[in-house]
Amino acid sequence: MTATEPLSGSPAPAAPGRTLNLTLRVWRQAGPDAPGAFEDYDAPGISVDMSFLEMLDVVNERLVEQSREPITFDHDCREGICGTCSLMINGRPHGPQRGTATCQLHMRKFADGDTIVIEPWRAEAFPVVRDLAVDRGAFDRIVEAGGYITVNSGSAPDANLIPIPKSVADAAFDAAACIGCGACVAACPNGAAQLFTSAKLAHLNLLPQGQAERYKRTEAMVDTMEELFGSCTNHGECEAACPKEIPIDFIALLNKDYLRAKLKNRRYLSRKP
Amino acid sequence: MAQATTPAPSSTHTRGPVTGTARDANRKRAPFLIEFYRSAVGKKYVMAITGIMIMGFVFAHMVGNVKMYLGPAEFDTYAEFLRQILVPIFPRTLFLWLLRLGLITAFVLHIHAAYGLTVINHKARPVKYASKRDYVAANYASRTMRWSGIIVGLFIVFHLFDLSWTGTGFHYYRGAAYENVAHSLERPLVALIYIVANLALGLHLFHGAWSIFQSLGWNNPRFNKWRRGFAIAFAGLITVVNVSFPIMVQAGVVGHVG
Ligand code: HEM
Ligand code: SF4
Ligand code: FES
Repeated sequence: MTATEPLSGSPAPAAPGRTLNLTLRVWRQAGPDAPGAFEDYDAPGISVDMSFLEMLDVVNERLVEQSREPITFDHDCREGICGTCSLMINGRPHGPQRGTATCQLHMRKFADGDTIVIEPWRAEAFPVVRDLAVDRGAFDRIVEAGGYITVNSGSAPDANLIPIPKSVADAAFDAAACIGCGACVAACPNGAAQLFTSAKLAHLNLLPQGQAERYKRTEAMVDTMEELFGSCTNHGECEAACPKEIPIDFIALLNKDYLRAKLKNRRYLSRKP
Repeated sequence: MAQATTPAPSSTHTRGPVTGTARDANRKRAPFLIEFYRSAVGKKYVMAITGIMIMGFVFAHMVGNVKMYLGPAEFDTYAEFLRQILVPIFPRTLFLWLLRLGLITAFVLHIHAAYGLTVINHKARPVKYASKRDYVAANYASRTMRWSGIIVGLFIVFHLFDLSWTGTGFHYYRGAAYENVAHSLERPLVALIYIVANLALGLHLFHGAWSIFQSLGWNNPRFNKWRRGFAIAFAGLITVVNVSFPIMVQAGVVGHVG
């Protein structure tokens, strides 16, 4: 079999679909402390069926072929569940499509001849590592402060051992959908991490298993959040940027629980439940 | 006892509290309100509560001023009534001063918290986006709260000089409330200042009167749809009525004292 012939049984090559000729204006930065700047790249012949990250892969391959430094960007699962992809695309985190992570954004959302501006997320707590990749370790600090329940992790308990009203389970599930991508911080004019923290809090605070540590968790996670991030002024920009469409209703719950936590945690010290 | 007179270094010889709770209980803490106010979430509670207090004042102030349309006698009677509240119990103006004290405290806290939060938020993004942001949900009002707040704050100082303290260049008669308003607002520039400031107040309230619900955790799926409507209605009412005074004086509908 010669190399040019398709393998027997492999699907027919995709029909050459519509392609786009794009210009990318990409933030390039050699390292955390190096100065950065936008650089323009021609990206001709981009298939509309590619995802945004596949488009960047193609551009990177071309750069490597020309012995130029490829663009560094974060990605992992590429199916919208891990929260590793990021990118400020034309002034919006994760680009123009609502409720969609960058890896799930397709090039058909763009038009031929477009210039696409790509910038890393900017926040004091998310330092640029290189080009478009930022360090989101600050989110881990918040989760470490209390985003868990302390249980004996033996064998898996029976399902439905603890009855939970459906509406409560649904709300907790909606909160648990947060993939920790950081788009909320990137979108927020204040660089606040309220949506992320409120989602992590709500998914445990709403459930029976989360009750014992509810107020300890709330105070610790909010205090850690405040050491690292800005403060919410209720713009609602995070909710619009979130690929999982986490609602800011959880931020109201965070505020309510934080006041309760401040009061309760003092009372707990005198053994009053 | 012999041992008691030579106390051993506590770190090695006494057991002391061992649980986290016992150690936390011994930790020195600031009073609850101060500790709460130190947090950013606490500052937002303070912004919201003082915001509501000031909203209450702004509303009452507007209702009171509508008496301008009933003529000088009604208006001045109302101004005197404010000084007479609870009079047989309190001496004249005492209750008014208590209200004023509460209001001053609310303003000081509102501005202090706003300042504190602004500093926090500027530190949270020292490197700005180099490309243009495309906002989806944040509106003009929410992004200009600091500016609308500052305009309103400066206006309040001017307004106090204008109609409570000294007058601003017209024949100011202490206690002649109706006449003073009329004479001040007859000047087009002053009328313009009043209009601009109240538009800024309307903008501030368009976001603020919605924001309070989130800040205080008043979020209920059954009522959430009313929150934006409330903010629009409140901001709209205050703005329209307050802006009507300078316009009506300029138009010559009210304010002819003779
Ligand atoms: C005197 C100057 C003032 C300044 C500097 C100021 C500043 C601010 C700032 C920076 C915020 C926070 C914005 C946000 O959280 O989105 C705010 C919120 C607010 N302001 Fe003001 N403001 C002033 C006067 C007023 C007045 C006169 C009123 C009422 C009539 C008012 C009512 C509110 C309300 C209700 C909020 C919302 C609080 C919250 O988000 O929970 N403010 N103000
Ligand atoms: S709340 Fe939404 S935007 Fe924020 S980290 Fe979670 S998934 Fe990303
Ligand atoms: S790469 Fe995993 S969510 Fe986008």
